[in-house]
Amino acid sequence: MILGTSSVVVRLSCRVVARIIQVFAVYVVFHGHYSPGGGFQGGGLLAAAVILMRIGEGLEASQRELPNRHALLLGSIGALVFLLSGIANAIFGGRYLQYDSLPFKAIPPDELHYWEILVIEVGVALAVMGILVAIFDRLMEGVQEND
Amino acid sequence: MKTLRFLFLAAFFAILFRASFSLPPRGDMNAPAMQERSRSGSVSAGSYYMEHSYQDTHTENIVTAVLADYRAFDTLGETLVVFVAGVACTLILTKRRKGS
Repeated sequence: MILGTSSVVVRLSCRVVARIIQVFAVYVVFHGHYSPGGGFQGGGLLAAAVILMRIGEGLEASQRELPNRHALLLGSIGALVFLLSGIANAIFGGRYLQYDSLPFKAIPPDELHYWEILVIEVGVALAVMGILVAIFDRLMEGVQEND
Repeated sequence: MKTLRFLFLAAFFAILFRASFSLPPRGDMNAPAMQERSRSGSVSAGSYYMEHSYQDTHTENIVTAVLADYRAFDTLGETLVVFVAGVACTLILTKRRKGS
């Protein structure tokens, strides 16, 4: 399997389609409150955009998109966002992942639920995206050296 | 053997196809999932979500409210499973240097 192509048409259309996929992924994550969607689906779409760039532009050229070593880091950050938001609830006197225990008096409890759902959806999306890209990178590492 | 497998799959498909006609239509208020109490008499969780999820979470999508709020601990577990599986894949697939 050869990554990267010399065809201008394929490379440019990969770039355009990857951007469209990324915009749609952000829409899926942030519109999960009102329509089907959410962190897992949006994260999968974000990873699909990066993998499309990897295939179209080649591994070296697409390192600017998301460097190899940052993928797993991004996944860890996503999982940590989820874990730490739950711990923050516990610190401020609630149960673990009890969203309305945060000390923002101006915001009503249902709004606190609303915003923390958004935070953990973003965390899930980052985790899924980072992990999928990291697995793809590791697989491609072996392929490139063997061919 | 191949014919037998095909017949088995065809019979299975026919059973599922027949059973799909017995499903209640989408949004049917008389469907078992929509009832306030299940057939055994216990209060069903679904009616609570439908009545209270908007007041509790200000989220219109009940599925999101259940996944990310009422059952957030479950979603946390799913995320960690994905994360641990990815880390394990990375560790297995990373090419080791010679001699180590």
